[in-house]
Amino acid sequence: MIKELGYFLEIIRGSWITARHFLVNMVFHILKLFGIRTRRKGAVTIQYPEQKKELAYRHRSLHRLTTREGGKPRCVACMLCVTACPSECIYVEAAEDPDPEVQKYPAKFIIDLSRCCFCGFCVEACPEDAIRMDSGQIEFAEYSRQDLIYDLDKLIG
Amino acid sequence: MIEALIVIVKIVFALVWFLTLTLYLTWLERKESAVIQDRIGANRASIFGVRIIGLFQPFADAIKMIFKEDFTPTFSRKFLHTLAPFVSFFFVAITISAIPFGDFIRIGGRTIGLQILEMNVSLLFVLAMLSLGIYGIILSGWASNNRFTLIGGLRGAAQLISYEVALGFSLIGLIMVYPSLRLSAIVQEQGKLLFGFLPKWGIFLQPLGFIVFFFAALAETKRVPFDLPEGESEIIGFFTEYSGLKWGLFMMTDFMEIIVVSSLVTTLFFGGWQVPWLGSDGFHFPGGGQWLLPRWLAILFQVAAFNIKVFFFCWLQILIRWTYPRFRYDQLMDLGWKLLIPLSLVNILGTGIVMSI
Repeated sequence: MIKELGYFLEIIRGSWITARHFLVNMVFHILKLFGIRTRRKGAVTIQYPEQKKELAYRHRSLHRLTTREGGKPRCVACMLCVTACPSECIYVEAAEDPDPEVQKYPAKFIIDLSRCCFCGFCVEACPEDAIRMDSGQIEFAEYSRQDLIYDLDKLIG
Repeated sequence: MIEALIVIVKIVFALVWFLTLTLYLTWLERKESAVIQDRIGANRASIFGVRIIGLFQPFADAIKMIFKEDFTPTFSRKFLHTLAPFVSFFFVAITISAIPFGDFIRIGGRTIGLQILEMNVSLLFVLAMLSLGIYGIILSGWASNNRFTLIGGLRGAAQLISYEVALGFSLIGLIMVYPSLRLSAIVQEQGKLLFGFLPKWGIFLQPLGFIVFFFAALAETKRVPFDLPEGESEIIGFFTEYSGLKWGLFMMTDFMEIIVVSSLVTTLFFGGWQVPWLGSDGFHFPGGGQWLLPRWLAILFQVAAFNIKVFFFCWLQILIRWTYPRFRYDQLMDLGWKLLIPLSLVNILGTGIVMSI
């Protein structure tokens, strides 16, 4: 009986915690309703499609291929990213470049994003700094898998 | 003829009040839980791009539920399966007829009480109808012909029976203090003053009775601290085999029970429509001050007071639902049979001793 009464006090304290959260948050919501700006907000929600959270500096987002001066891809088709890729989602076809400084360029560079696990190994493997994952794009959902296969144009653009 | 018309108007008013409040309790539940948890809550439902903090959400929910498939399993007992949600809805909806919304008004020489049914046993009527709501649960559990729903239904029945006793006993002290079973008479009685300044509300005369009644009533609504019949997180409840609007009826029954319990607590323990020190002709403060009001304004004050009190208790019940985890089944039974019933008996004894002195 005494033990149960002890629980009872704790129960009341518990509801006081939630009630306090409610009241404090309501005060800030009402202040916002009247247009008064406060440093603290009533909710921690980020209203997603309208508001977006800033991505972290190291966030791995959609791949992009860097270019040389003149718009050609920096990639020399060395196949290191293809070797490093654990999901085997990169396909590169090399071709010969007339420029003796470059020698090879990718005729095809295809990433199948439906298989990609965004581990970033391709970025680490690349000796030419040709592929990066810093485009900041994270919304590329599609209705068909076909649309998730990105080729050279899409990756450079 | 006129009498019948008046009753119909009263029924329409009460039902509109009841159903609108039910509809918006679903909204309140979402919003309040969100604010408690530092979130914002449902605010996307809109009509032509206008979204007033999600106030259209209940309509979106209703439309969704109407257009869902109304699925009746082939192995269920079809008639009872269809009947069960209506039984449970009906017995809750009918309780509102006994709740007094305000003092009587006079129109053209007639006195009209703001209460649908003026019965001598309105308190018993409400309790009886609340208990009959169990049939909806057992029927749905049984008629679904599924072992898990049957277990859910039986758990619900066991829980409600064990709390029914405490619910009834906790009110006996109150009936002894205000010697009447008419809810309107109980509310009238609560307008008097205690020691010349304190309103004679049930909470001041029967604090223990209030605590027992409130706990038992919470168990009666079958919501989270006591949601053993349903147990939405892991146990499979009694309305597993329902979908669409029939499931919606069970959902609405839950919210309507909150309103009924709030109205009952308000009526019995917090003075119903009484505003402290407000008579039919205005305020008479205990210090001797007066603020006279026309009668219609006083009645408006009273109805507003009733609404505010009911709203507060709805808020409190949702707060409780979003604060506590669920009881274990044996803890629930212990609380009912070993704590609440002895406490209510002690309450009856204490009340009797104080009254006889």
